[in-house]
Amino acid sequence: MTGIANPVEIYNQLYAKSPDIETFEQAALTDASAATERTPPEDIYAPQAATLVQARPLTELETFYEIKLDSGLELGHEPGQFVEISVPGFGEAPISVSSSPTQRGTFQMVVRNVGNLTNALGKLVAGDRIGVRGPFGSEFPVHDVMKGKDILLICGGIGLVPVRSAINYVLDNREDYGHMTILYGAKTPADRIFADEQQDWSKRDRVSVLETVDDPDEGWQGHVGRITALLPLVLVVPENTIAVVCGPPVMYRFVLEELKKMGMSDDSIYLSLERRMKCGVGKCGHCQMNGVYVCQEGPVFQYSTIREVMEAI
Amino acid sequence: MSTRKLNQEVFGLWVNELIARQRVVGVQAKEERFIFGSLSKAEDLRLDYDVTLLPPKKYLLPQREHLMEFTAQGEYESRIEHEPFILFGVHPYDVIAISQLDAIFSAGQYDVHYMTRRRNATIVACDVQTVSAHVFASSMNTATVQDGFDLLLTKIGDDYLADARTEKGEELLAIVSGGVEPAKEDFAKREEVWRKNRESLRKHDLKCRPEELPALLAKSYDDPIWEEKARHCFSCGSCNLVCPTCYCFDVHDDMNWDLQTGTRTRACDACLLNEFAAVAGGHNFR
Repeated sequence: MTGIANPVEIYNQLYAKSPDIETFEQAALTDASAATERTPPEDIYAPQAATLVQARPLTELETFYEIKLDSGLELGHEPGQFVEISVPGFGEAPISVSSSPTQRGTFQMVVRNVGNLTNALGKLVAGDRIGVRGPFGSEFPVHDVMKGKDILLICGGIGLVPVRSAINYVLDNREDYGHMTILYGAKTPADRIFADEQQDWSKRDRVSVLETVDDPDEGWQGHVGRITALLPLVLVVPENTIAVVCGPPVMYRFVLEELKKMGMSDDSIYLSLERRMKCGVGKCGHCQMNGVYVCQEGPVFQYSTIREVMEAI
Repeated sequence: MSTRKLNQEVFGLWVNELIARQRVVGVQAKEERFIFGSLSKAEDLRLDYDVTLLPPKKYLLPQREHLMEFTAQGEYESRIEHEPFILFGVHPYDVIAISQLDAIFSAGQYDVHYMTRRRNATIVACDVQTVSAHVFASSMNTATVQDGFDLLLTKIGDDYLADARTEKGEELLAIVSGGVEPAKEDFAKREEVWRKNRESLRKHDLKCRPEELPALLAKSYDDPIWEEKARHCFSCGSCNLVCPTCYCFDVHDDMNWDLQTGTRTRACDACLLNEFAAVAGGHNFR
């Protein structure tokens, strides 16, 4: 293998090109002996049993689930967090929680049936049992940063799923927040999710909902085009607004450019990123963006903190 | 903590006694090369090895391991390995690699599967006796080691200096019959081995300091060298297997024939494989 790639030789070649480098601050190694003396707590990979209370199709590809933990306990999540869902025999996958923690007793999620596990999940019905681990990851800053501010939510496709958790949380604590603007873009009218709820949201105090589709059908009366086309229609006071962006990977760069034009600063923009968060506990490596574990520090990031991280946006 | 000097005969008896008491994984010859494997007798132990085909990582983070068993009804039960064993003859650079794995699996969320195996392992480190053709340990400051193991063996002349550094190491030394108290010059000889190893385990010389490497790599993200090296890559993932610190893993379920029960298995994964970061639906973030 040294013939193919000798690490020292590669490092030396790189060093010859950029000899002046600043040294990173190195994290100290945990003392192995200290670690080995710790009492073993529970298995972080062991799911708890849960039962589907409801499973119904939302669109051709997406299914809505309501889940109750068999323990009777609350999931205890915050808006923006995710869980690892196990379907026995099919494995495990990270899924965003869509309901607000203000909804007690059960939690909800929406799953697009595109992989092995999600296809298996799609065949389950109310009463079937699954495994749940979590909640994991960071949250939308509903408890601090967003309080008293206007909120601009920009969601593409199933990006609305985790953001719905924050929307319902804000609506249940309405007096704590300013105006809430929800922008939603779907591919076609048939792909829209939570259309009824969007109607309800738009009727609430200080809430506007704007929708667009890429490919309209004959009956579509609303906006047509990418979600970025909705942004100029929104009046924001940048210094009093917190923006949240969640959608397909391709969406972020374009939305961020528009937000910048609107005068939004990078530290008042929060992004929820999709990655392969296989273990959810910062061990397996699949969701890493260089030194950042998305399942630990994310999936919700303040944009200013990951602007310089390679592969992030 | 105590140190003993063992001659060849005492050393052999001691290793056989250890094998009689618990599982010993030690370095042995495999054709022209060396491997870590279950040891059945002292004569098979080859502490004069240069480098092993695979690092001892596989005994702490096996290539495949059962994490739990489950039923079709959604009940999951963890399976945790509890067998104590001795990892015998670990070179200093591999001891340091194990310390890094310990940090990864114990920091933040505690991985009970890895850590239970780690707690049950007694690590007998061994100073390098044969310089391997491509070694660069000294460039990384890993030619010698002072912690992260239970007992350190250093060959001085025809004898071994066995230095217990933990309670577990002390327990192993207590089994020795016939060893002697080392003299002052024995320690001096060990110092000399360390000095020599720091000097000679450097077939490739790193031009920068190891602490500078993370920053150097971050800065060289777009360097053409990666494309150039990638052209020679077979995408086999073996580099992640032979690396003593690579720890990324994948987890999958296997259903048993009864279709009622199954096993959840963790297996080594490789970040250099194409599909590593891909999500359902096909998007790949790399």
